[in-house]
Parts: sequence; C-alpha cells; structure tokens
Amino acid sequence: MSTDTVTNYEQRPVVIPPGAVSQRRFRISRLATPYALLLPAGFLYALFIVYPIIRQFDISFYTWHIFPGVPNPYVGWSNYARIFHDPAIRTAAWNTLLFLVITVPIQMFLGLTAAALLTDRLPGRGLWRALIFLPVVTSWVVVSYVFAYIFAQQGGLANAVLSFFAGHAVHIDWLAQTWTGNAVIWIVSIWKGVGWSFIMFLAALDGVPRDLVESGRVDGASEPRIWRHVVIPNIRPTITFVLVLLVIGASQVFTQVYITTGGGPFGSTGVLLTYAYQQAFSFFDFSYAAAIASLMAVLVLGLSILQIRLMRRSDG
Amino acid sequence: MSIITLKDSKNLTKERMAREQRRARSSAQPGLFGIRSWKKSRLIMACVFGAVSVFPLLYMLSLSFQPTGDILTSSPVLVPAHPTLQNYVQAWSENSFSRFFVNSLVVAIGTVVITVLFSSLAAFAFARYRFPFKETIFYVFLAALAVPSVELIIPQYLLALKLHMTDSLLGLVLIYSSENLPFSIFLLRGFFEAVPKDLEESFRLDGAGSLRVLSRLIAPLSAPALAVVAMFTFNFAWEEFVVALTLINSPTHRTLPIGLNFFISEHTTQWGPLFAGSVIATIPSIVVYFISQRWFQRGVSLGGIR
Repeated sequence: MSTDTVTNYEQRPVVIPPGAVSQRRFRISRLATPYALLLPAGFLYALFIVYPIIRQFDISFYTWHIFPGVPNPYVGWSNYARIFHDPAIRTAAWNTLLFLVITVPIQMFLGLTAAALLTDRLPGRGLWRALIFLPVVTSWVVVSYVFAYIFAQQGGLANAVLSFFAGHAVHIDWLAQTWTGNAVIWIVSIWKGVGWSFIMFLAALDGVPRDLVESGRVDGASEPRIWRHVVIPNIRPTITFVLVLLVIGASQVFTQVYITTGGGPFGSTGVLLTYAYQQAFSFFDFSYAAAIASLMAVLVLGLSILQIRLMRRSDG
Repeated sequence: MSIITLKDSKNLTKERMAREQRRARSSAQPGLFGIRSWKKSRLIMACVFGAVSVFPLLYMLSLSFQPTGDILTSSPVLVPAHPTLQNYVQAWSENSFSRFFVNSLVVAIGTVVITVLFSSLAAFAFARYRFPFKETIFYVFLAALAVPSVELIIPQYLLALKLHMTDSLLGLVLIYSSENLPFSIFLLRGFFEAVPKDLEESFRLDGAGSLRVLSRLIAPLSAPALAVVAMFTFNFAWEEFVVALTLINSPTHRTLPIGLNFFISEHTTQWGPLFAGSVIATIPSIVVYFISQRWFQRGVSLGGIR
C-alpha cells in the first residue's frame, strides 16, 4: 500500500509522538491500529455468529445427517417447501404470532405507564423503580418454574384462589390445556418483560424538554394533547427501539414454553423455535430445523427493517 | 486511581459531567406532566406495580422455607407455617448443586471478562478512529441483534462438535461472549465518543499509545457504561438455558439453569428443593444488579438509545 492512499484516510492532523521512527511508518501503524483493535471481537463474532448463520443456510439445502459417513444429498428448496405443507408448524406459527401480538403491546403500554408514574418525584421512587426492574434480572428458568407452580393443578396458587371465590374445590390443569397453557406463557412473559420497557421509557422521559411541556401547559393545552404533541414525538426513537427489540424477542420465545408446558399437549402450545428444536434434537432432522430457523431469521430481519422505516416515515 | 499527567483536565471533565448531572436532576423537579396533584393515585399505582413485580419472587422465597407437605396442600400461605431449612440442605447436598453453582460462576465471570475486554477494544476503534468500511463493519455487528441465541443453536452445536467444545465450559464462555458483543459495542461506542477529543490529544502528546489512552482515560470516564455492560453480560451468562442444555452432556459440567431440572422427574416434582435452588440461583443476579444500579440509569440514558 502506498503512502498516498494511506494519507487519504487521514483527514485531521496527526499527532506524532516524540521518538516516532518515521512519519510514514507511523501513519501505517495508525491505519492498522483500528483493525487490530477490532480483531479479537471480530474473530469471535465471525466464528460463532456469522459462520453459523451461513452454515445454517447451507445445511437447509441438504438432507443433512449428524452421523459421519452417511451421505448428505442436496435437496434444493424442498426443506422450505415442506414448511408450507406441514400442518404441525401452522399451530406453532400461529402461537408465535399470537404471542407477539398479545405480549408486545401490553408490555409497552405497562412499561410506559410505569415510567410515566415514576419520572416525577414520588415518595420511595427509587424503591419502586428497583422493584419493577427486579423481574428482568431474575432468570427465565427460575421464573418459569415459579409460574409453573402457581398454575400447577395440585397445590397451585391459582386454583386455590379460584376455589376460595367459587366456594368449592377447583382443579384446573392450566398447563395441560391449549388456551390456559398459552395464557400462562403470556402472563410469565409480560410479567418478566415489563421492567425492561419501563427502564428504557424512563430514560427517554427524562430527556423530554421540560420547557416545551411547560409552555404547552401555559398555552392551555390539555394533558392528553401535551402527551400527543410533545411527549410522544420526543420519545419516538425509544418507542421504535423498544418495539423492534420486543418483536425480535417475541419471535425468539423459547425457554418459558419449554419449561412450563413443554409445547404440549400434543404441540398445541408450541412455538416456532420449540418446534424447530424438537425437529433437530429429538428427531435429528437438522436440515428441516435449519430451514425453519433460516426462514425465521430472514423474516425477523425484514420485519425489523420495515418497522424502523415505518416509524421514520410517520416521524415527518 | 489518579493520573499524574493531565490530572487537572481530567478533573475538569469530571466537574463538567457532575454539573450536567446536577442540571438534569434539577430540571426533573418541576412535575413533568402536571400530575403533581395526582400524587396519591400515582403512589397507589406505583405500589400496585411494585407489588405485582415482587410477589412471585416473594412467594418463591416463602415456598423455599416450607416443608413439602405444606407446599402441596390446597390452602397455600405466603408466610411459612412451619419454617424449615430442610429444602436448602437437600438442594445443596443433592445432585452436586454446589458444583453447578461454581460452574455457573466460572462461566459468568469468564464471559464478563472477555465481553468487556473485547467490546471495549472494538468500541474504541469505532469511536476514535477513521478507517475504511467503518460503518459497514459496525452494521454487520449490529445485524446480529436480530438473530440472537436460540435461532442459531443448530449450527452452533455443529460448530462446537467440530471444535471439540461440546460439554466444555470454555465453549459456553465463547458463545455467550460473541452473543453479547453487538449490544456491548453499540452501548460503549456512544459513551466513548462523548469523551472530549482534546483530552485524548494531550494524552497522545505525552507519548501514550492507544491501549494507554483506552485504559487510563476513556475506560475510567465510561465507568457507568462498562458497569451496565458487565451487569447485562453477567446476567445473560448466569441464566442462559438453551445453549447450555444443548452443549453440555456430563453432569459435572452442568450450569445452574440446567441443574435445577434435576429436581423434576417424570412423575414428581420436588418443589421445595427446586425453589431453594432457585433462590440460591437468583441471589447473585440480584446482588450484581444492586451493585451496578447506581450507574444504571445513566448508563442506559447516555448509551445513544434515545
């Protein structure tokens, strides 16, 4: 590489440390430095994230066997075609979509409400903030077990409360029925997720210019109008950010389903990833599972870009 | 802690940051939404939010002190009627639970060290240097935010097989670190960019190299962001389930989230020891959260998120 091309990238004066061997060598080292700094992170990232993404696409075009020595024939798009003729995956896709449509808006609404309550001074504000965020730092596994117990058929809290109000013993097997099982999964997820939206919105509300709000009030605007015309536009980037990340998260739902209902009964509470996981690690159908996961990755990425675009447009 | 060279200018930045903080705090004082008069209803609603958030965890704590007979009755109580430590004794001694705890601790600390170190170096490059394809590389890193853990479990499992990293704690550490890099780099870049350029120039005039600038100037001034990254990463590694479930076979290498599964068999669940184990598993996350909490708000709000 010649010195000229190197200098092109140097648009501000270079500070030459005392004792630098030569200007040329220093410039080259200065250009190499950022790449050297990126190397450790880049290496890990390429090996454990980028390569698996490509490998997953690759596998999805074969009937791929995990056992060495068995031939892995190329099958083209047939694993993808299979997705659209698989009745079992329709349930999983529907459950994932339902999960997304129900949990994301509720989490955002509750998170924003809690943040609005707690931006201004309030007795014990620090305590409330800490308590609301607490579910976020506890683990999915632990939380799923706690809710599995609360909704257990025998000895569970939910049935005990219902028995108390009904006046007779109630024995609902929450986790073994489709609708109630799904509902328990939604409840766990909303309960654990609200704190995250809350903390994001809290940070955003802190940044809303107070003088704008005050002047709106002086002009006689009502509180809902101030929210609509001052507060919401000001926190729009955060709303987009939270929405995009929650949608991504919702499409990835796995642990709480795996632990509470296990996708049962007969796959009726399963979601896309529990289904794919089962295909791979119970039936060793890695190619089909890879096709499902790859298709999901493309859909989620597309959905994220679409959401960001739409939110930007409604900005102007 | 103090840097001998440039001590004054560093104090100056500190002062500037403190002033900024004070201004932010004082501007928050006049009621933002004119609902100062609703103080009572706001307080009640905050109580409800707090209570609902904490109740299942309190309930878990209570159950962990109840004998199995009390747990399975049809009239549950919040305060243990016959408190006992039996569940804890059983949880800790059975199923090499202490081993799982140590495994989880090793994995979580290893992941935090690698993530904080590698993402600081990378964020430093993005924040302080101009180089070809800078933004392209940055977006390649960010793209992984849309394709996180569970979705890549199949190829990651196959890769681990190839690298002989199944059933190894190192394999977990490396996968967890790579999954935490994108968000950490994103957060740290915003912080590192906020450190004044002239400070760096005077550091370099003194003959400091890049690593010295990072470790002595930029990292100390970005402590809140580093704390947030460390907390998120610790919690991620501490509670991760799917990768550990898939990669780890031998009982001696299990981490806590997988170890809890031992209390559940086909027909019976040992709820008491399970919840004692869960409480033990939850304590480190909460401790880490409370330690990092003083930086948390600042770390989130300055992280370029809004």
